[in-house]
Amino acid sequence: MKYVDEFRDADIVSKLEKKININNVGKKINLMEVCGGHTHAIYKYGLQEILPDEINLLSGPGCPVCVTPQEYIDKAIVLAQKEDIIITSFGDMLKVPGSRSSLKKEKSRGHSIKICYSPDEAIRTAVENRKKEIVFLGIGFETTAPSIAQTIKKAREEKINNFSVLPASKTMPEAMEALLQSEEVAIDGFICPGHVSTITGSTIYNFIPEEYNIPCVISGFEPVDILESINKLIKQINKEESKVENQYTRSVKIKGNKKAKAIMYTVFTKSESKWRGLGTIPESGLQISEEFKKYNAENRFDISVPKPDKSDECICGAIMRGVQSPQDCSLFKTSCTPKSPVGPCMVSSEGPCAAFYKYQLS
Amino acid sequence: MDQITLNHGSGGRATQDLIQEIFIEEFDNDILRKKEDSAVLDTGEREKVFTTDSYVIRPVFFPGGNLGKLSLTGTMNDLAVMGAKPKWISCGVIIREGYKISDLKKIVHSMAETAKNQDVKVVTGDTKVVEQSSCDGIFINTSGIGRLLKEAIHSDKSIETGDIVLVNGYIGDHAAALISARQDFKINIDINSDCVSLYPLIKELVNNIKGVKFIRDITRGGLATILNELVQNKEAGIELEKNKIPIRDKVVGLCEPLGYNPLYFANEGKFALIVKPEEAQRALKIMQQHPLGKNSAIIGQVKKEPKGEVSLRTEIGSTRIIGMLDKEIIPRIC
Repeated sequence: MKYVDEFRDADIVSKLEKKININNVGKKINLMEVCGGHTHAIYKYGLQEILPDEINLLSGPGCPVCVTPQEYIDKAIVLAQKEDIIITSFGDMLKVPGSRSSLKKEKSRGHSIKICYSPDEAIRTAVENRKKEIVFLGIGFETTAPSIAQTIKKAREEKINNFSVLPASKTMPEAMEALLQSEEVAIDGFICPGHVSTITGSTIYNFIPEEYNIPCVISGFEPVDILESINKLIKQINKEESKVENQYTRSVKIKGNKKAKAIMYTVFTKSESKWRGLGTIPESGLQISEEFKKYNAENRFDISVPKPDKSDECICGAIMRGVQSPQDCSLFKTSCTPKSPVGPCMVSSEGPCAAFYKYQLS
Repeated sequence: MDQITLNHGSGGRATQDLIQEIFIEEFDNDILRKKEDSAVLDTGEREKVFTTDSYVIRPVFFPGGNLGKLSLTGTMNDLAVMGAKPKWISCGVIIREGYKISDLKKIVHSMAETAKNQDVKVVTGDTKVVEQSSCDGIFINTSGIGRLLKEAIHSDKSIETGDIVLVNGYIGDHAAALISARQDFKINIDINSDCVSLYPLIKELVNNIKGVKFIRDITRGGLATILNELVQNKEAGIELEKNKIPIRDKVVGLCEPLGYNPLYFANEGKFALIVKPEEAQRALKIMQQHPLGKNSAIIGQVKKEPKGEVSLRTEIGSTRIIGMLDKEIIPRIC
């Protein structure tokens, strides 16, 4: 096993393609994925193209950069403009436009902003720059939250006092529920996020079939994984069943990664959180707990930003909710491109607009 | 004398000594020996091609090569892909004070060796020394003049539907070697850069294949970018077949976790070739029989649609666009 080629095998894909048979021919079936990795893979391998016409793949709020609200970027910019602060961040965040600027523009104006590949790199930056304050932009879902938590814990243990996090970690199940409650889109099944589930375990989605009668399948990220997950969802839909199934068994276990969860809930507590496009969702955020509050950049610095002006034209919010697609947007490929993105969905490679722009045949 | 000092850039005796001991002795040839302000070149009648490039690669010594070798092969390859025999090279070096002279010697020695192996002369040069804060080591600029073997292979030559796209071996080795050497991601893979002069193979192709439409060395931006540049604004597109593009397993293994696509990786010893369909098999044979093209493959075809774009038949049989590189993935790769 190479764990790559086998999951991109043309013969297996073709067998799966034939297996996906819909009972109720002609009826549209909306399957939503809520993970940027899935969005990217679906576009990259042109999966929509090989599925039956009835199946409509929707991208939900699964790209961490895309769901981060504009105010957060504005706050990061205020921090970046302070002389004694070095902002450390995952690379994608730099290009996301705030209301007046972006971190990339601030960087070119000479403010200290450093791209990190992991939160641990941010801690190292703090050790190497003791006279500066290092702020890490802590975005992402359950996948990245444990490593951010670990970094905060390490800062306390090693007395690294010039390090803090601007927290914006989010949890996925509450956003999925908000989408279902809004009833804006009829979702017939969820392709559940494989990386999030690797941390959380597979039971966090149980309420979806139980309370909303919607099938869920946790999926891996290769074409064979996604097609197998779609096949499982269609089988449930055909049988009018709804349950949580785990296709990504090589990574996801029922109870998840206990160690990662433990550290996550040592440092963070559940809180409400604002999502771009979805608004404020109760219990959908991870706030730094009282015990670790000195590592919260919000407590450490005065960061007040005016309420951002709403851009009328960018429809990232509606795309995040699965209500509209990138090609519905008047800015797409005209004034909004990966080179100069208007909205966050065009920034991250996991954003639906960027993936559509990059891979879709015209 | 074990370190470069600002005095080596003074233009006085120290400069003279440095140039004599390190550069002239290594590059030794009849033109350089005259030590004139300019080299006098006996260029004959054939048309010439002229190019220049600057090299700022980090690390300076990497698996499979070093800055010196690269500064020669890179410029020589730019001449060769136009259908020319590289003949004369200039060498401008900018060195930081404090640079180890032993390292400089190694770099210059590689340049000299590469030039001699390919019957190329380094005929003129310049050395500048700058303060610590102005440069993080050493930069080299080389310019080159080549003599056309036949007519120049222009990239605006019309490509037509049905033309075949070939590549002379594994894609992505150079960038992969650099990523591994830099240890930014703490991933080790045992791989060498493909840094080499491509002229010997290109000469065979130019002399033996009539229908050569396009040759381009696949450097920064990778295969995807150079083919996009070619089809831009043209009445044709190119379709590549993912399964036919030679990429080493270890390069794929490096790219997967990092989210890189080797089709955007820089190479320093690979070119893309487009030939008329009836010449494709013969070109492939010539390439595969040559040491510089053992793993050559036919990787795609010029198609009518989508116009002006490069598309990719994926491993699973679907088709998608493969655009130009839109952001730099690895800085200072050459």
